[in-house]
Order: sequence, then C-alpha cells, then structure tokens
Amino acid sequence: MTRLKDPRAPKSPAMSRRGFLVSTAGTTVAFSFLAACSPGSGEAESDGEATSAPDVTYEPIKWFTIDSAGIVTINIIRAEMGQHVGTALARILADELEADWADVRINHVDSDPKWGLMVTGGSWSVWQTFPLYSQAGAAGRQALIEAGAAKMGVAPGDCSARAGEVICGDQKVSYGELVAGGIEKTFTEEEIGSIAIKPASERRLIGEPVQARDIAGKVDGTAMFGIDAKVDGMVYARPVMPPTRHGSKVNSIDDSAATEIKGYRQAIAIDDPSGTTSGWVLAIADTYPAAIKAADAIKVDWTPGPGADVSEEDILDRARTLISDDSAGSILDTGDVETAAAFEAAAQTIDQTYTCNTVLHMQLEPVNALAVMNGDTMEIHTGNQWQSLVLPWLSQALDMPEEKIVLKTYRLGGGFGRRLNGDYAVPAAIAAKQLGKPVKMVLTREDDSLLDSPRSPAVQRVRLAADGEGKVTGMEQHVAAGWPTKAMAPFFMPNGVNGAPFDPFAINGANHWYAVGPHRVRAIENTLANETFRPGWLRSVGPGFTNWALESFMDEAAHALGKDPVEFRLSLLTGEGRNAGSAPNSVGGARRQHEVVRRAAEKAGWGSELPADTGLGIATSFGQERDMPTWVACVARVKVDRDSGQVTAEKLTLVADAGTVVDPDGAMAQMEGASLWGLSMALHEGTAFEKGRVKDVNLNTYSPLRFGQAPELDISFVDSTEVPVGLGEPATTVVAPAIANAIYDAVGVRLRHIPIRADAVKAALG
Amino acid sequence: MAELKINGKSVQVDADNDTPLLWVIRDEANLTGTKFGCGIGQCGACTVHINGEARRSCITPLEAAIGAEITTIEGLDPAADHPVQKAWRELQVPQCGYCQSGQIMTAAAALNQDPNVNDGDIDAIMTGNLCRCMTYNRIRKAVRKAADEMKGA
Repeated sequence: MTRLKDPRAPKSPAMSRRGFLVSTAGTTVAFSFLAACSPGSGEAESDGEATSAPDVTYEPIKWFTIDSAGIVTINIIRAEMGQHVGTALARILADELEADWADVRINHVDSDPKWGLMVTGGSWSVWQTFPLYSQAGAAGRQALIEAGAAKMGVAPGDCSARAGEVICGDQKVSYGELVAGGIEKTFTEEEIGSIAIKPASERRLIGEPVQARDIAGKVDGTAMFGIDAKVDGMVYARPVMPPTRHGSKVNSIDDSAATEIKGYRQAIAIDDPSGTTSGWVLAIADTYPAAIKAADAIKVDWTPGPGADVSEEDILDRARTLISDDSAGSILDTGDVETAAAFEAAAQTIDQTYTCNTVLHMQLEPVNALAVMNGDTMEIHTGNQWQSLVLPWLSQALDMPEEKIVLKTYRLGGGFGRRLNGDYAVPAAIAAKQLGKPVKMVLTREDDSLLDSPRSPAVQRVRLAADGEGKVTGMEQHVAAGWPTKAMAPFFMPNGVNGAPFDPFAINGANHWYAVGPHRVRAIENTLANETFRPGWLRSVGPGFTNWALESFMDEAAHALGKDPVEFRLSLLTGEGRNAGSAPNSVGGARRQHEVVRRAAEKAGWGSELPADTGLGIATSFGQERDMPTWVACVARVKVDRDSGQVTAEKLTLVADAGTVVDPDGAMAQMEGASLWGLSMALHEGTAFEKGRVKDVNLNTYSPLRFGQAPELDISFVDSTEVPVGLGEPATTVVAPAIANAIYDAVGVRLRHIPIRADAVKAALG
Repeated sequence: MAELKINGKSVQVDADNDTPLLWVIRDEANLTGTKFGCGIGQCGACTVHINGEARRSCITPLEAAIGAEITTIEGLDPAADHPVQKAWRELQVPQCGYCQSGQIMTAAAALNQDPNVNDGDIDAIMTGNLCRCMTYNRIRKAVRKAADEMKGA
C-alpha cells in the first residue's frame, strides 16, 4: 500500500506555530507524534505569521497569551461546528484588550482539566463567554498600560491603548515590545471578576463586520475534521450494530465470511464497563473499505435488550397514557400553578393535542473517533461538543483516570447536539486499549443513524380557560417525551414544585412569557422512549417541540376567541409581574418579545391581501430558556396545492432581539440555518421507530430540506446593547408553528402533527 | 497496483478494483478535503471532477477512474482562487464546512462548462448536494456571483 505524505504538512507555518503553543502548554510528548496528522483548528494558520517562535510569551490569564512579536493567541474551549465561534469569542476579548485584529490568532484547545467545564451547546457560547472574555481582555489591557506607562515614564492614567499599542500623547509602545521587556502581572479568575469593561460606545470589534477565520480552510479543503485524523500504524474499525441501543448481549460471532476480505484482520466484542454501549462488535481491518465489507459479512448472534419490538406508535401511546395520569411528571415553578379554579369558572375552554415524530441529527460527518495510546495517555481524536460529559464515561470504560485521557480537538462536520453525546468515542478507545494499537473507528451513515440519539417523538396537550369577555384566565401545557438529560446528564435535572425531577431540555419553552394567569406546565418522561433508545439533544431541543405545540395552540386560541393572532399575542405580552424580566439577562422581559412580534408582522405585511390558497402564519418564542431569552418572531408565507396537499414555504420573515450581536454576519448565518432547520422539521424530515430502531437510516429515504426547497429569508435584528444571548437555536423554534398557522390561514385546515406531509394536508382538506 | 492521476500527479494505489474512489483519495492519496457523508451518492459531500465532470466518488469504483483526470478540491485551483471559491469566501458561505468541498466541486464543474445559468439551472445543478447547516441561500448567491464573474472573464 502506498501512503503519500501529506503535501501540506512540511510547508505549513501552522505546524511550527502549533508546535510552539503545544510545547509551552507542557504537552510536548504529543507534538512530534501528531505532526503527521495535522490536528487542530487551523485558524491560527491564517495571515502568514512568523514561523519562528518568539522567545517571550506573556500570559496574563489562561485564556490568552501575547508574544514578543505582538501576536495575541486566544484559547477557545468551544467546538467549531459552523458558528465561527472562535472568531466571535476572540473578538470579545480582543476588543477589550485593544488588540490589532490582524495580530490575533485563535487556538481551539484540547481537553484539559484547567479549562473547567467544556461544553458547546444550548446556544450558550457567546452568552457565557462574554463577561469572562471581556474582563480577561480588560485585565490584559490594564497590565499592558501599566507596563507601557512605566516604560515611557508617565502615569498610567495618562495612557490609553489602541490597536496593540499603549499610547501617551505622542509617545507609544507596542504590546510586543512590552512583552519582550517582561511583564510580571497575572490575574486569577476571581481578580478579573471586578474589572470594569468598556461602555458599548467604545467597542471597536464587537458588532463590526468580519471575515470569520475558519472560512478559508473550509473552502480549500484544508479544514481538519475528526474523520480526517490519521496516525501511523492505525487500523480501521466499523461496528456491527446491535439490535437494540441498550442491553444487547453478544452470544457468538461468526466471521468466517469476512476472512475472505482482503485487509480484514479480526472481529472483537467490546466489553464496555461504562455501559455507554452494549453488544458492540467491531470489524477491524487495514483499510476502511475492508472494514465496511467485513462488518456486513460478520454474523453476530445477540440477545437483544429492551425495546426490540417497540414502534413509534407504541412510544406515542405511552406518552398519551402518561399525560392522562395526573400524578405523572413534574410541575414547573411558573408562579401560580393552580389552574383548577380557572377552568371550573371558565366561560370557554380550548383543549388540543399536538404530536411529533422522531427526528434524526443526520449531521453530515458520521460519528467517528481515532483512539491512540501515547505513553500512558489515551488520546482520542474526534469532534466533540461536551468533553466534560464523555471523559468520565471514558475513564470508567478504560479503567483509567480522567487526567490520562485527552480529547484532541477537531472541526465538527455538524454538531446540532449530536456530538454533545460522545458515546462514539468509547468503543474506539476500548478497542485501542484492547488491541494495543491505534484504532480509527468510523460509522457508515447507516450505522450513524442507528446509533443516533434522535429527538424523541412527543405528545403534548395544551389547554386554556377564558372568561366571558375572552380574557385568558388560565393555561396548561403537558409534555411527554424522551428525556435526554436523564439518559446522559441526570445531575442537570432540577426538581419541580411537586418535588419530582424534570429534564429542563425536554420542557423549556412551555414556561412562556405570556400573561395567562395561573399556568401549569408539566414535564413527563416518556419511559418507553428512554427504555428503547437514548434520546438526544437536537438543535433547539425542548423548545423545538414545546413551542410547536404552544404557538400552534395560541393561534387556535386566537381564532376560537375571535381575535387576530398577532393582536392576541401582543395583548398577552404585557411584560408585567413575573414577565417583567430582570438584569442582566432578560431586561425588558416580555416587552421585547412584544416588539419582535410587532416588527415581524409589520415587515411581512400582516393583514394584506394574498393570492388564493396562500397564507401567513405567525409564531414567536423566547428561544431556549427563561434565564437566557432570545426573543424571536417569524411570519411564514405558504402556498398550499389543494390537489396534492403539497405545502410550499415561499418566505420566512424573522426578527430577533438577541441583545448585543458580536459577529453580525455569523449571527445572520445562524438565524438562516436555524430557521431552515425549523422548516425542515416542519415539512420535510422525520422518521419512526420500528422494532426498536429508526426505519430511515440514509438519505435515500430520510429527507431533510434540499436546495430548491429553501424559501426566501428576510431576517433582521433589533439593535441592542443588552447582554448577548444565544443564536444557534432560537430561530428553529418558531418556524414549524408559523408554517402550520399559515396553512390554516391559506386553506382553513389545522395540522397538529409534524412533519406535515402532503397526504395529511390533503386528508384534512377532505 | 493501479495508477491514478489525481490533481495532475500520478498516484500508485494498491486496492481492489471495486474500492470506492473516495477512500483511495482520502486514505491512499491523503487528500482529505473530499468527504464521506452517505456512501450512496445522495449527499454530494464526496464530489470530485473526473475528466471535468462532477462525480460522486463514494459510488465510483477505482477501476472506473483509471486513466482519467481526477480533480479534488485541493486541485481545483493552485491558489484556491477558482471564482467559485472566491465567491464562497466573500459571501462566507460555509458553516460547519463539511459539505462545502462537494458543493464547490459541483458548482465549479457546471460553471466551467457553461457559466450562463439562470436560477432554474442553479437549482438543477445544486439540488443533489445536501447542506445540513442549510447554507442554501448563500450557496445560491455565491453560484450566481461566480457565474457572473466567469461570464465576464
């Protein structure tokens, strides 16, 4: 077999740069070994910086360094999966540091206990990092100004900093020169907590257009994803997928047919003490095509675990049964949860049930991991969104301390929540330990779909009470779905007011900001879902389905009460009491949601004349969670073909108030992608469990939104200097209900199940 | 042992004739810009040029490419400045980026042959390439922009 040398490796300045970075971090062992596979983000590769390592580096705090050439290297602990997160976070720090953006480099770090919690999800990255990186940058600026003042023999108060220089009158000195002279001052996390940051009016990078640093490598083919990692001496692996996600047991393996395959080595059963996987068998081969063929040829006799006969309808039936049991589930604290009196006294009640099917992540890079023992350390090369979650699993699976396991960082070929669950790293690591050699395990698309932690099917019942004047006097939302957080991170589950724990990521969104009087929100674990598969966090998670039900229902309620759907929502977004909002994250409260609804309706021409069978539908949400509201509204315009039932989304008009927007084009891109994900789940994609497995495992039958189905998008932001909140998911939550509401506006039929298929529309039209 | 011509260079590979070209490109020639997405020709992430035509390398057997000129994303333009690549950067099309080599190779093959494309043509050209980040609207603008530049050239 001929192995060509990677033509990029010898000439890439990034390698020497990275080598310097890695060696200063004290993990030199890894570097020479890894030079062959060129890991890492590649963002530091840009801009042709010097290839020789400067002698002196100043690290005011662990989040960044400045070297004597003036290069600022900012450490990023969040995964790059399409958000251009390195660029956004680095600009927060660089702005306060008064760095010259051309001198800034981005370093996506490997896992290390010193970084604390490593997770990229929840649309949290900018929101969580903004205060920390602002203050870290400000601390660096302060130290540099002090050093510069001392060097120039002036008072620090007479100095300012700008574009990588400390300036006093007509004197100035560069950051690089100050670092070369030696700066001693360092800061702890606690110390920077009290440092004041600049007023918004003094920001120079935040909110300004920028070319994201990760783009170039994604256009010329050099960006390195987990699946691109390779090391000498590795073997390839592909799993033979067990019949059930949990509890499968291998009785016997027959690989006689595989032995004919050139390059096939062996089949190994994976004994996983962490319980992350069960019943796994890996086909090991010299090449991946051989591993693919071998896994197809190997016959395994299993005793399946629970759920082997379970269907989608069984799961939905379990949800309906649980919802009808008032004692099931957890009641969220919404202020006043006692709704019985309101419903008893109501002049009118509205009561509807909404359902949705299983949704696959189908991130385009199938999950994979390359596991390598390097000395006494297990290195796992893979794209991952929640290193801190998978490390304990790996520790248990390998019987190794967490400190001896490192997740090497790569680009993610799609995250969307799939890679929050790092289950795929575990069997690769066990195999590498067992075989005593590096193992690169790659799942085929079909394997990936079978292992996926999909979005659970859900059933929701929503009720509303109104008095004789049509005033809302009480509301309830009951949500039964699989609980990802219970399956994988039960330590993240708070208790409801009835003392029962709940998965916030399976109920968020139902606890809305409308003024409805007593409000009962009940989260119910679909136990059959959790028994059958491992429910996943999928883009926008709970609000992706709770808001589908809520905002479809609000539309139905408006019509039932004889009100315009926009006016009805505006009348309930009063921003009073519990919905007034609070500093720092939700200043303005529901009044900001009121404003995005108003603007979206106005921009979309709400109330204007439309062609036949064409309609507008509105929906709104507060994004992901009450503690970090991103206010979003969407008006969808659809056309319905009455003969076929086909729904065409013609245009989506979205308005978001996300507070301060750090990277305007990146923010826009997130809104574009998130809204089209919402559309895809509304009209195009969904699957079903059959005999304990999802029935659609590849793109011949699973059908996400395609190029020609993408509608016109009109997206805008409310100008704001409030706290920056998340943007990766919120737009996903508003599209499905806006589409269903638009269908109702167009042709007068109400669809209460997603995905909305043409057959269902046709049937509803009669 | 077979000889392939990839990006103008001769590459000796030792693999079965039915091996998908994708894995030869990625694992033997170490050109990892071409991606594995579905393995059945339904996503387009593995798109390369074979004698100038866009082809799904995941369903193209090695033997079908012997003697042909194979071009991958790494060989599209020596400075990564094909008009399609330039437009992709200017409009910041990629999000995760995983499908984008395939998107670019699909668009470049079509526009190299005929940059006179209308919106319907662009739909027809690009519809087989899935973008899970759903960057479609930017892809459309970028193809338009590249086509305009190539027409003017």
